[in-house]
Amino acid sequence: MAYDKPLPKKVSKLEQPFWDALKKHEVRLQKCSSCGHTWFPATALCPRCLSPKYEWAKCSGKGKVFSWVIFHQRYFKSFEKDIPYSVVWVELEEGPMFYSNMVGVKNEEIRCDMPVEAYFDDVTDEFTLLKFKPAKS
Amino acid sequence: MVDARDFRDKTAIVGVGTTDFRALYRDLDPERSAYDLGIQAFKAALDDAGLKKEDIDGLLVSRIPSYGRTATMLGLPNLKNVNVTEGGGRQSGLTLQIAANWVYSGLANYVACMYGNNGRSVGATYGGGEAEGAGSYGGFFGMTSPGAELAMMWRRYQHKYGVGKEALAAITIAHRKHAAFNPNAVMYGRPLSLEDYMNARFIAEPLCLYDYCLINDGGVCFIVTSAERAKALKKPPVYISGTATCSALDNFYAQEDLFEAPLASIASRLYPAAGVTRKDIDFAEIYDNFTPTVAFGLEGYGFAPKGEVTGWVQGGRIELGGELPIGTSGAHTSESYMQGWALHVETVRQLRGECGERQVKGAEIGQYICTAPISVSHIFRR
Repeated sequence: MAYDKPLPKKVSKLEQPFWDALKKHEVRLQKCSSCGHTWFPATALCPRCLSPKYEWAKCSGKGKVFSWVIFHQRYFKSFEKDIPYSVVWVELEEGPMFYSNMVGVKNEEIRCDMPVEAYFDDVTDEFTLLKFKPAKS
Repeated sequence: MVDARDFRDKTAIVGVGTTDFRALYRDLDPERSAYDLGIQAFKAALDDAGLKKEDIDGLLVSRIPSYGRTATMLGLPNLKNVNVTEGGGRQSGLTLQIAANWVYSGLANYVACMYGNNGRSVGATYGGGEAEGAGSYGGFFGMTSPGAELAMMWRRYQHKYGVGKEALAAITIAHRKHAAFNPNAVMYGRPLSLEDYMNARFIAEPLCLYDYCLINDGGVCFIVTSAERAKALKKPPVYISGTATCSALDNFYAQEDLFEAPLASIASRLYPAAGVTRKDIDFAEIYDNFTPTVAFGLEGYGFAPKGEVTGWVQGGRIELGGELPIGTSGAHTSESYMQGWALHVETVRQLRGECGERQVKGAEIGQYICTAPISVSHIFRR
């Protein structure tokens, strides 16, 4: 069956490198060439120092679960079959935070501050989503 | 130089109006309009103040889509000031600030703040749509709804302090007890036990059904004027002693600091501006889109020590007759989700002593608290 969950309708030129990196199974985020700040989602200027100079720096993909919830209510029809499904709020080592899903762990085994690492889910030919799995210790 | 203390007690709410929330909840009507609901409340507020429609020279509408259509329907074409605020709940307190500042600066004399919401009839869900910023990425993973954002924060709170959901149970049960004295409340005559709460179905776990507000239809209006003009009107004025705001605007509604910094910022400015201390507050009306918001507010303003709200709210402290009654109308979780608007009205009615069985005895000073991406709090006195 075709992948029917939400995906970006249109990717702007600004965001394209983020998605291109995920396809290559890398996490790349904007890193300011002036102040060193790393941020997400993509903006034209560094939100810390407003410099327009940045690079798409490769990130470790490592982080920790800041918090997490389990959805029992259907909001998106495409997620109905997954209920109850968990959503984690992950803080990468580089600072930016992401909502995501965990793979390789049961809902009830997720914990705050649990170390995680990137899992690249190639959901369609076009898109790879940044998910997370428990970190290898 | 202008000081926030100069503003103290210079403006007042002089008229309030609400629709019948309980009747509206029972009777859905997909053709019911936000305009009609707002205008019903407007008429009630005019009558409450003893004002004529023609006295109104300033108008702010919220959740009602168009000020132009509202003014047309009211037959008030030549207002001195008129505008619309976004339909989000944080805007009720901000709308009052705008109205009071129009009055204080002489831009208008009598400002009607009007809210209309047909959300229940049209099936509003507050989730499943599209967001902006990093929030828009959440949908790819099934993340949606402000309730889930509060669930994220409460889970973190539980982890940080090693507690369960006992605080949230006490908050929603207190609201339900208060609704038993408010025939206008959706949950009037429908008690809620701790057992009911603990057995309730989860929505975004750790939050359950009773942690969520009651989406409903309804209208609310309040009228603001100067303290001088207020004295001549029908009802005793309720003065705006102080008001303050702080935003927490980044990619997520959920805040890693559980709103600690913005609430500390407001508290540091609000109480001095109003010339009171936290201990002077007789009751608080706290925005309960979801029960954790109330818990964060109680700690954020220093009523409960940090990390201790769980014990602090037990034993009737937040109920009528307790040290700090909150949500005296039943609030959003038991009266009706009117996005803070009806909580403003309840504060006014309490300070006028109009609340009958749910009256806070001797209420002189009340605080409104809304914790959100733009947090706002006011102190009112009679």
